[in-house]
Amino acid sequence: MTAPGAVGRSAALPVPYRVAARAAGAPGTATIVLEPVRSALPPFTPGQFAMVYAFGVGDIPLSVSGIDGDRLTHTVRSVGPVSAALHGLEAGATVGVRGPFGTDWGLPAAAGRDLLVVAGGIGLAPLRPLVRAALAAPGEYGRLNVLIGSRTPQDLLYAQETRAWAPRARVLVTVDRPDGRWRGEVGVVTALLDRAGFDPGTAAAFVCGPEPMIRATAAELVRLGADPGRIMVSLERTMHCATGHCGHCQLGPLLLCRDGPVVSWTTAEPLLLVREL
Amino acid sequence: MTTSQHGFLGALPPAHRDRLAEFAHEVEIPAGARIFEEGGAADRFWIIRSGGAALDVHVPGRPPPVVETLGEGDLLGWSWLFEPYRWHLGAQARGRLRAAEFDAGRVRTACGQDPAFGLAVTGAVAAVIARRLKATRTRLLDLYAPPGAGAGGGDG
Ligand SMILES: Cc1cc2nc3c(=O)[nH]c(=O)nc-3n(C[C@H](O)[C@H](O)[C@H](O)COP(=O)(O)OP(=O)(O)OC[C@H]3O[C@@H](n4cnc5c(N)ncnc54)[C@H](O)[C@@H]3O)c2cc1C
Ligand code: FES
Repeated sequence: MTAPGAVGRSAALPVPYRVAARAAGAPGTATIVLEPVRSALPPFTPGQFAMVYAFGVGDIPLSVSGIDGDRLTHTVRSVGPVSAALHGLEAGATVGVRGPFGTDWGLPAAAGRDLLVVAGGIGLAPLRPLVRAALAAPGEYGRLNVLIGSRTPQDLLYAQETRAWAPRARVLVTVDRPDGRWRGEVGVVTALLDRAGFDPGTAAAFVCGPEPMIRATAAELVRLGADPGRIMVSLERTMHCATGHCGHCQLGPLLLCRDGPVVSWTTAEPLLLVREL
Repeated sequence: MTTSQHGFLGALPPAHRDRLAEFAHEVEIPAGARIFEEGGAADRFWIIRSGGAALDVHVPGRPPPVVETLGEGDLLGWSWLFEPYRWHLGAQARGRLRAAEFDAGRVRTACGQDPAFGLAVTGAVAAVIARRLKATRTRLLDLYAPPGAGAGGGDG
């Protein structure tokens, strides 16, 4: 895990970006591609996030779900005023972006190891650039497993793209609530761990999703013999400044905008098992 | 039967794994076949070699919803170990299923005669039940639901 974080102007002042493309995805989610209007922010790495500002409404943290040169891709789920405003933006609209913020997945440190990516719901968004980076470096890593859990078949993100990851990756998908047409797996994402092909003792794991899902996945991985120091999880707390000043994102001794969102399970476990911090 | 190390069999010490294998024979179940029905006599169980099975619940008036799928190495069926030895779910083969099929009555008798073997088998089956119970509870949280739509929620 590296912690470059944003420095200087890009941390405090939003830089204008234009919506170059927008695609509606699973119900309530949209993937937007942003390109700089003038100068671009420093490069993002997989796992990092931006503060994206919908003018007149507010800004929220959004992970990068794609990095392509100066272009940033975000997948946003509409849950409240700011995310709804960003979700509704059409191509050509302008937003303000600050970043890059936070720690990344630290993929290069996993060179030579089997990779295990476990995503729940929209947790696949921050993991997508990691999978793309691993696929773009054949021979660099061991076996790549991508396990995806989704509420319903309709809620699956990037369905076409994830299908295309196979056969270079072992991609297993499970849903909680199948419809009549679903022929895939049914059950929680942890049930897929037995069917993935990785060496638990040495693999590097990358987990993102709702916290109960992260806890269940990490606990199962440890039971299978994984090293908690090599299980990277991405955590979320409400964020405002994203620069380590306001304290909104505090989790125990961590400020997650600065010390996270990606931390190892060694760090996360004691913090997530405490009821109130 | 090959004594595979992972899945259900992986939870058994080698000696008990070999003992259990004495009660098995290989079967092939065609795609789409019903393997057992809710309420039916639980006189057999299976360990899946390849292919998969879907567990479903009978709901009057509509096709049985699938509640869980099982794959390679998984134990299919545990109702045979507990009275009244009746299936509490239905099961259907997804694709062609190859499995080791066990005679439940003989395994139960062997468990009764050899307490160490019985304890090992019961412990391994209980571990499967515990994991499925945990998974069911986790799903009750409606894990991946958008915030506000369920008890769970959360984001990337
Ligand atoms: C580091 C980081 C990366 C993130 N990446 C993404 C991303 O890639 N895509 C994305 O869609 N979202 C992402 N989020 C979550 C996103 O920032 C929030 O959904 C957003 O802040 C909501 O703002 P709002 O004004 O729309 O809604 P608010 O008015 O703040 O909230 C609306 C409702 O949703 C609930 N809510 C808000 N956020 C969350 C949450 N994270 N979990 C559960 N409930 C929540 C609130 O409690 C409230 O009930 C990320 C968050 C963090 C901290
Ligand atoms: S968001 Fe202000 S300290 Fe982290």
